[in-house]
Amino acid sequence: MKLDLITGLYVFMLAAFIGFEVIRRVSPLLHTPLMSLTNALDAIAVVGAIILVGEGKSRLATILGTIAIVAATSNIVGGFMITDRMLKMFKASGPRKP
Amino acid sequence: MTNMIASEYILEIAYLIATALFVLSLKWLSSPVTARRGVWAGEAGMLLAIVGTLLHGGIVSYRWIAIGLVLGTMIGVPLGKVAMTAVPQRTALSHAFGALCVTLVGTSEFYLRAPNVPGFMMGVLSLEVILGALTFTGSLMAAGKLQEVLPQRPITYKGQNFVNLGLLAIAIGIGATLVKHPDKMYLFPFMIGIPLVFGVMMIIPIGGADMPTVISLLNSYAGLSAAAMGFVLQSKLLIIAGALDGASGFILSVNMSKAMNRSFTNVLFGAFGQEQVTAKGAKEARPVRSASPEEAAGILTAASKVVIVPGYGMAVAQAQHKVRELYDALTKRGVDVKFGIHPVAGRMPGHMNVLLAEADIPYDKLLEMDEINGDFPQTDVALIIGANDVTNPAAREDTSSPIYGMPILDVDKAHTVMVIKRGMGAGFAGIENPLYYMDKTLMLFGDAKNFVGSIVREISGGHN
Repeated sequence: MKLDLITGLYVFMLAAFIGFEVIRRVSPLLHTPLMSLTNALDAIAVVGAIILVGEGKSRLATILGTIAIVAATSNIVGGFMITDRMLKMFKASGPRKP
Repeated sequence: MTNMIASEYILEIAYLIATALFVLSLKWLSSPVTARRGVWAGEAGMLLAIVGTLLHGGIVSYRWIAIGLVLGTMIGVPLGKVAMTAVPQRTALSHAFGALCVTLVGTSEFYLRAPNVPGFMMGVLSLEVILGALTFTGSLMAAGKLQEVLPQRPITYKGQNFVNLGLLAIAIGIGATLVKHPDKMYLFPFMIGIPLVFGVMMIIPIGGADMPTVISLLNSYAGLSAAAMGFVLQSKLLIIAGALDGASGFILSVNMSKAMNRSFTNVLFGAFGQEQVTAKGAKEARPVRSASPEEAAGILTAASKVVIVPGYGMAVAQAQHKVRELYDALTKRGVDVKFGIHPVAGRMPGHMNVLLAEADIPYDKLLEMDEINGDFPQTDVALIIGANDVTNPAAREDTSSPIYGMPILDVDKAHTVMVIKRGMGAGFAGIENPLYYMDKTLMLFGDAKNFVGSIVREISGGHN
């Protein structure tokens, strides 16, 4: 689907503002999981690589795209896994939840 | 819009929902109570976007996609299972992977489209591959230093900034040339190669204590390169995900540079480890008071309020579980124990919190610098484990100190200060810490893990 430059810039600007406002509220307690989570979300770039490889327009695109899928997928899988592992460890004091 | 087929609509709707889930994911991360829900939202959004893309009509072959997804999962699972102490290098490595993906896709797009690349497209493509390539090698270098396969010592030489900025300028110049003349395809490999070299050069002068800032900065670059890729592929989803990641990295970089009292330009241009203003000659051996584990245990149990200040030394000594035992032993005796965490303690933002949470210390006992600083005057004992510069009162008082102005934990205001330290060596920046020579300071010389262990034995031994 076509996306013109100006619309793209609007999208970028609004997303950046939302990002600032939302992420500013993340407690410093969770800055490490924040980084691993945004890293996993960023690996959504995999959709670009999937289309590139799937369309198979050139051998170069297939080779580079496949490596790109490997790199991004490892970020998605590893990123979500470790973020969840970290967050599971954060417990409040007092009556412990199961 | 009229000639859009139904499957494209469905894909766009899937991307739209995924985008909303990504924003919610970050929003829920604001508190430890809702944070895990944030991960699930992120996973759901990711799954939706990937499945939607796979079902998209333009795909003619799934073979290599499947191979890529399987291999990526095989690499990703062990990376999701690393020890918590290895999280900084894992994070750096994942920045490298993200940047690699972006660079490779950008490269393919160029060769698919060249020589007919419109000016704007070439501009964002250049941005994408330059940022991607320098983030790739820069993050690999950072991961290597953190994993200690590369020397951690900052390597500086004369004219370093000049060389680095020169390299960057050449890469940008090539990008600009390609915008005007996209048919000069022979220039493209240089536009990747030079930033690859720049990424290495950028990290060479970085020492361990600067890592939190550097990792945040690389995080930001990785996000921005992904957003640029979104412009190239005309994908709103990618622009938004990249913008969110870029914003996150930017906020963290600003936080870290503030916490180290560095200006943001100083950080941006990689003038990191260079403020090595040597602590001048006057190194006469001043007397310090030291104490044994028994004495330390006695003072701690007599206290009613204790603040523990952990630093990277605690992580190196793997002392966090012993620290938890100390926390338990003291809490059982009715001592109020809290932790004061400096933003740049450790090797990445939030590093100490993760290690202490892993050791089962409740997160409401982990307080940020601003929250805890008001408490120190009413604190009986401040126990410093493996932290140095972030507790140095010279940052507050001595205008000639290289770290003057850096926000610190005001441990010197506590009634008694105890410092667990291997020896009298100065901190990362080679700066003397006057804290150690104060009358109320007791130096506890030894390995953090063993020393804390001995204190715990003393406390529980005396109790039974």
